[in-house]
Amino acid sequence: MSADRPTTDPIHRPGLAGALARGLDSDIFHSFKQSKVTMLAGAVTAIFFLAALFAPWIAPHDPYDLASISLMDSFLPPVWMEGGDARFPLGTDDQGRGILSTIIYGARASLVVGFAAVLLAAAIGVTLGLIAGYLGGTVDAVIMRVAEVQLSFPAILIALLIDGVARGVLGGDAEGNLAFAVIIVSIGLSFWVQYARTVRGSCLVEKNKEYVQAARVIGVHPALIVVRHVLPNVLGPVLVIATISLALAIITEATLSFLGVGVPPTQPSLGTMIRVGNDFLFSGEWWITMFPGAALAILVLAVNLLGDWLRDALNPKLR
Amino acid sequence: MIAFVVRRLLQSIVVMLVVALLAFSMFRYIGDPINQMVGVETSSEQREELRERLGLNDPMLVQFGRFVADAVQFDFGVSYQQKKPVSELFADRLPATLELAFLSAVFALACGIPMGVYTALRREAWLSKVFLTVSLIGISLPTFLIGILMIFVFSVWLGWLPSFGRGATVDLGFWTTGLLTVSGWKAAIMPSITLGLFQMTLIMRLVRSEMLEVLRTDYIKFARARGLNDRAVHFGHALKNTLVPVITITGLQLGSIIAFAIITETVFQWPGMGLLFLQAIQNVDIPIMAAYLILIAFFFVLINLIVDMLYYAVDPRLRVDRATSSGH
Repeated sequence: MSADRPTTDPIHRPGLAGALARGLDSDIFHSFKQSKVTMLAGAVTAIFFLAALFAPWIAPHDPYDLASISLMDSFLPPVWMEGGDARFPLGTDDQGRGILSTIIYGARASLVVGFAAVLLAAAIGVTLGLIAGYLGGTVDAVIMRVAEVQLSFPAILIALLIDGVARGVLGGDAEGNLAFAVIIVSIGLSFWVQYARTVRGSCLVEKNKEYVQAARVIGVHPALIVVRHVLPNVLGPVLVIATISLALAIITEATLSFLGVGVPPTQPSLGTMIRVGNDFLFSGEWWITMFPGAALAILVLAVNLLGDWLRDALNPKLR
Repeated sequence: MIAFVVRRLLQSIVVMLVVALLAFSMFRYIGDPINQMVGVETSSEQREELRERLGLNDPMLVQFGRFVADAVQFDFGVSYQQKKPVSELFADRLPATLELAFLSAVFALACGIPMGVYTALRREAWLSKVFLTVSLIGISLPTFLIGILMIFVFSVWLGWLPSFGRGATVDLGFWTTGLLTVSGWKAAIMPSITLGLFQMTLIMRLVRSEMLEVLRTDYIKFARARGLNDRAVHFGHALKNTLVPVITITGLQLGSIIAFAIITETVFQWPGMGLLFLQAIQNVDIPIMAAYLILIAFFFVLINLIVDMLYYAVDPRLRVDRATSSGH
């Protein structure tokens, strides 16, 4: 089943790391096959991933290649409406770019930002969580205090602020790849707290277990204990948070882009497309904003459903 | 109790000082304040003189102290972009945001609680399933998308409601309100629903799960055994006990409503603080960004403080816990 692969892959990786996780693996696959909604969500997510990955081959044309777009084609309605053009199944925007192609490329930008932000947040959060949990004491108190303060503010606000400060430092008009980096960092920095808290909690439990004590007794370096022994055993919950926060990161990216402080207009994401299309809502060109909006909603819903299922599947209490 | 309150207050002050330090470093290190204030033709002697007069050559600690003293009086200087005092700009915008936040909180409570109760009592009814499905979709849809959808349906398509602005407002001297005019109410409907929708789904799910839990407890069984009718059991006993967490969550959510108002205000061009802040970010208008940061932090810290105190007052079980751990 090709649809399964992208969704089970993230679970397989830590599954290879330890026998415990590998045991979970079969259960997870089983519960995946049992839920039709989850399979559908997995299939939808897989389609989005594949489309984003192979965008240059799948998209009818390259919306950012100035040679291939023509202003003559602008504002064409979807193909089933009067005046539609078979070359642009979902219509075109104000510059004559096909909506379908732009969605495929936009989903690519959204997913790249979402993934990178989640990876960054997980890296920061897991590291700090392990340090806080394993070392304890003042280090722990300081890290958790910062986490608590940050947690009492909504992530979107923190992302906005980091983005605003970065703009100030970089001179206000960061372009191209730099703008991508800014948005990834601002989302990543606003989502690390959950990882840190969860990992710290599991780390506190793990560090008193016998295998850790045994490692300590035979004189393994603390850093090695944490990386080799504790880390693999705290990764389960991290995966759940990562899936759910992927959906959140995609929403945050879209929101920031919609607010005009996100990815640069040269590489539009779904949020930027919705923002651009919003201006044409009143003149009747609803498809410019509605199709990217629907794509965003479907993607986020699918990822959310996968996250919900993963949380239940990994939680032995609920079985 | 007093020790707890004092420690909690001290913690809040520390948080506010950290936020103030952040805001201060934004002022100090992002761009040169002098460059923002004078033109290109100002000579370097004049710049130096202005620098001296503004106290920018003083030790950092003195400058920070002055900043905090000004911030306490909500004096953040003059906006770089709009050339008006920041406090004046905020005073203009605050009523709009607070009214929007209030209306959406009322909407979230007025719809969320009944829906939560209904879905808990009639778990198998088709309407419950509709509510739950809609709430899942509501959580997955970003706020701005919901706003755009509503504009599309009610403004563009049906033409019932205005898509931007606040309608006609009445100036009460210290406060401008849109709640006294028909156009003000009409303009507020879509923004407050958009803003409140997420909180509504949250409250609905919370009430539902709390209600299901409470209905399983012994005193509910006992109430039934006493022969009380369903109405008295459900609303007299069960609902009342469900509402404590709901009130706390609503309190905590009030802060996020104000923060999320940035998005709603942008979609509907609602002239509130969020819109002001967003424009400030785009123009790197540091005084407004700093003031907004401190104001929002103050709201959050205040709300957290009140909620914590209420917890402490309402639930005696927490007193032991909270006194030993540092609380949050």
